Amino acid sequence: MVDLAVSGPIARPSQWRAGFARGGPRLWIGVGLVGFFVLIALLAPLLAPHDPIEQDLLSAQLPPAWMQGGEVTFPLGTDSLGRCVLSRLMYAARTAIAVALIAASLAAIIGIAFGLIAGMFGGWIDQVVSRLIDVWMAFPPVLLSIVLAAVIGAGLTSVIAAIVVVDWTRFARVVRAETMVQLQRDYASAARALGLSRGQILRLEILPNLVPLIVTLFAVEMGIAILVEVILSFVGISVAGDVATWGGMIVEGRQVIYQAPWIMAFPIGCVILSVIGFNLLGDGLRAALDPVQRR
Amino acid sequence: MRWGEIIRRLVLIPPTLFGVCIIVFVLLRVVPGDPIAMMIPPGASAADIDRLRAFYGLDQSIPQQFITWFGQALSGNFGRSISLHQSVFELVLARLPATLELSAMATLIAVGLGTVVAFTGVYVRGRGAEWAIDGGIGVFLAIPDFLWALILLLLFGVLIPLLPITGRIDPQLDVTFHTNFYLIESLLTGRLDVASALLQHMILPAVALALPFAALVARILKASLSEAEDQDYAQIARARGFSRPAILLREVFPNALIPTVALGGVQITLLLGGTVLVERIFSYEGIGNMAIDAVINRDFPLIQGLILTFAILFIALNLAVDLLVTLLDPRLRHG
Amino acid sequence: MTAVLAVQDLHVAIGPRGKAANVLRGASLEVQAGEVRGLVGESGAGKSMLGRAVLGLLPANAVVQSGTIQFEGRDLLAMPEPERRSLLGRRIALIPQDPMTSLNPVKRVGAQISIMLRHHLALSKREALERATELLTEVAIREPRRVLDLYPHEISGGMRQRVLIAMAFACDPSLVIADEPTTALDVTVQRQVLQLVERLRQRHGAAILFVTHDLGVVAKICRTMTVLHAGRVLEDGETADVLVKPRHPYTRALLAATPRADRPAEALRPVPPALIESLWSEAHRLDRLAVAGPA
Repeated sequence: MVDLAVSGPIARPSQWRAGFARGGPRLWIGVGLVGFFVLIALLAPLLAPHDPIEQDLLSAQLPPAWMQGGEVTFPLGTDSLGRCVLSRLMYAARTAIAVALIAASLAAIIGIAFGLIAGMFGGWIDQVVSRLIDVWMAFPPVLLSIVLAAVIGAGLTSVIAAIVVVDWTRFARVVRAETMVQLQRDYASAARALGLSRGQILRLEILPNLVPLIVTLFAVEMGIAILVEVILSFVGISVAGDVATWGGMIVEGRQVIYQAPWIMAFPIGCVILSVIGFNLLGDGLRAALDPVQRR
Repeated sequence: MRWGEIIRRLVLIPPTLFGVCIIVFVLLRVVPGDPIAMMIPPGASAADIDRLRAFYGLDQSIPQQFITWFGQALSGNFGRSISLHQSVFELVLARLPATLELSAMATLIAVGLGTVVAFTGVYVRGRGAEWAIDGGIGVFLAIPDFLWALILLLLFGVLIPLLPITGRIDPQLDVTFHTNFYLIESLLTGRLDVASALLQHMILPAVALALPFAALVARILKASLSEAEDQDYAQIARARGFSRPAILLREVFPNALIPTVALGGVQITLLLGGTVLVERIFSYEGIGNMAIDAVINRDFPLIQGLILTFAILFIALNLAVDLLVTLLDPRLRHG
Repeated sequence: MTAVLAVQDLHVAIGPRGKAANVLRGASLEVQAGEVRGLVGESGAGKSMLGRAVLGLLPANAVVQSGTIQFEGRDLLAMPEPERRSLLGRRIALIPQDPMTSLNPVKRVGAQISIMLRHHLALSKREALERATELLTEVAIREPRRVLDLYPHEISGGMRQRVLIAMAFACDPSLVIADEPTTALDVTVQRQVLQLVERLRQRHGAAILFVTHDLGVVAKICRTMTVLHAGRVLEDGETADVLVKPRHPYTRALLAATPRADRPAEALRPVPPALIESLWSEAHRLDRLAVAGPA
């Protein structure tokens, strides 16, 4: 059995590299997809062949360039108002990434705060927070976000608010449970025995252990935020007016689904790819950051 | 111990529902948007508007409105819909069966599909095919039901028009139903032509709802099956001369079922929540579709009634899952 | 007498390709009809692996490199899968190590016994129930009917082990492999279980390969024994001979480390350092041989 010892712990050149190795192809594909959309979002003004709101009713509903009747100047065709689909997709990526970042950050901050308070203090505080989460979980999330957005009114803020109000529990539940688990671990009791204050224990012992979880949730939440925008567009209460969003484009495309199905197909493709990207990124990060992950 | 947990859950139901009511009620009223303004004909007098407002109780303070509504709700009266001019209770009752039939069908498809995928995945464990199956599950899990609805709509409604994409049944089909469970009723009364028409309308939205849930079932069941197959009792069954399929089915599956029902069952609520958009996309006349109309029309009583309906369904499902797990696991049953 | 089991020059490697460890390096042994043979060695010596190889229970990453396992004259490794399966459980049975994990937790005891009887002996439901009742009576379980209706978690560890023993002898096998069946039990229960195994063996006329690290157990019930070290056989012969005049220093060390009733505990000598030295050099020699040899 001497031979088996070979498969023991191997020396790591750096933790990061080992982490990426653990993340595997999931992490790389996730990074690739998310990176692609972030890049497009950042460079949209440079890359887009047209102004996303420039209408050209004479060339409305043009098919993509490679199809019969397509034009090279509109690589992915035009919508019903003659706007360049490719340019709109690129600008919509900006909106999507911006909404996702802001909404996920706010949901994370609120959720983590509630989760930590409940987990750290326990007792009646925990009871209150837990009941609140219970009540929240009894709502159909889609319906809740629609109602919220409807009462707040259309617009970016409303989309973000809907996401935050609906999804803070996702962070709160996980952080609360994990905090309690961490507090029961040996090192936490050891830290208490050393006379560290609650704040110190929180900063030194609990938060570092929560980071992998939170990073994972954050990536997944960004994907969800992109989906919520689409949902709200469906009900006609997403971002108003000329601002290009994938959800808005899908809804517009649905009106002319028989005449010009590609108008709806492209933004659906973008949403799917970005959501898969964020999910893979989350999965990969969890594997990469958590060294003792169980299968 | 297990029964104690279930009783605890039962006791928590009323306060949870009460919380849901309060939040919805307050949410709908603290924000701008006047349902009366949306329903009055142009040229109505201020007195007319006030009368309408009083009729719907909207002239009272919010706490007063809540007490009135809650008191009536306890006796089964959930108010009148502002946009549809009917009792909310009756409206919901009329539409609920459509959603229940759709969700049940979707659940069936999802469980069937997920189980097949999970068994396939476990069977090819450790080979390249397992990696492919895991990847596929991941993709199907990431794409939500309403995107599947749009994709299916595009594929089978438009590009290859095989199936109807709107409604619950063809309008020209002249049948009268005695209940609102059309599919069940037509099956029970032997009207197979009607049932087939209903199924054709149901299949796309049901598949759209089912796909992400099937992926979820597949993922949980596959992991549970793998874990159970590594246990001693499954290994020993091999040494007793049973074939691998027989062991997976008879020894491993009953064990893997327990965590799968516990973890996956709760997620049926996701499927149920998904009906809101999927029904909308396929113009299917269930409570989900109705909810969106209610929101657009700011029909407060109807929104309240619908959200409460969903909340009750969610809670009931959670409880049913708990009971089922207790029934499946002899250790919990006696413990 | 003909050998029920004849293992010849068995080589088994385990682990990923390229870094595989050789756990059996040319092990051979024979079990005659009706014989009780002890298979001893320290953990990692390969004794469990040998038992598992006979039962076809090698881990997924283990490979039989060469050798034969003949059961009643036919090579188990060469025969088609369905044929081998018809022997397992019926002609070759197993008494597993851990009674707590070896019964299916969600199936009643009766169902677990009768499915085997119905599978191998084609009994009807009623006949299987009758036979299961007899079997439980045979292993001295009172109220067998009631126990058949219980779930594994409702009966004690000793009783579970008896159920497993009953299952092993259920189809009148000619060979029973007992994989450390007493290790997980406490001493008093251990004795009863040993007596029970011996009684059933006599009644059913099976041969037993008793895998254990406990020389005391071997001395008690095995007429012959095989000592395995680092995947090869060091001693093979009548138990009395091996125990009284071991040929190999390793066996001597093993003996010296075994507590005996006729010797006070203080007399329990630790293995002398010089012997450890020689054992190491012996092990290394064997390793070198294995590398240079057939592999």
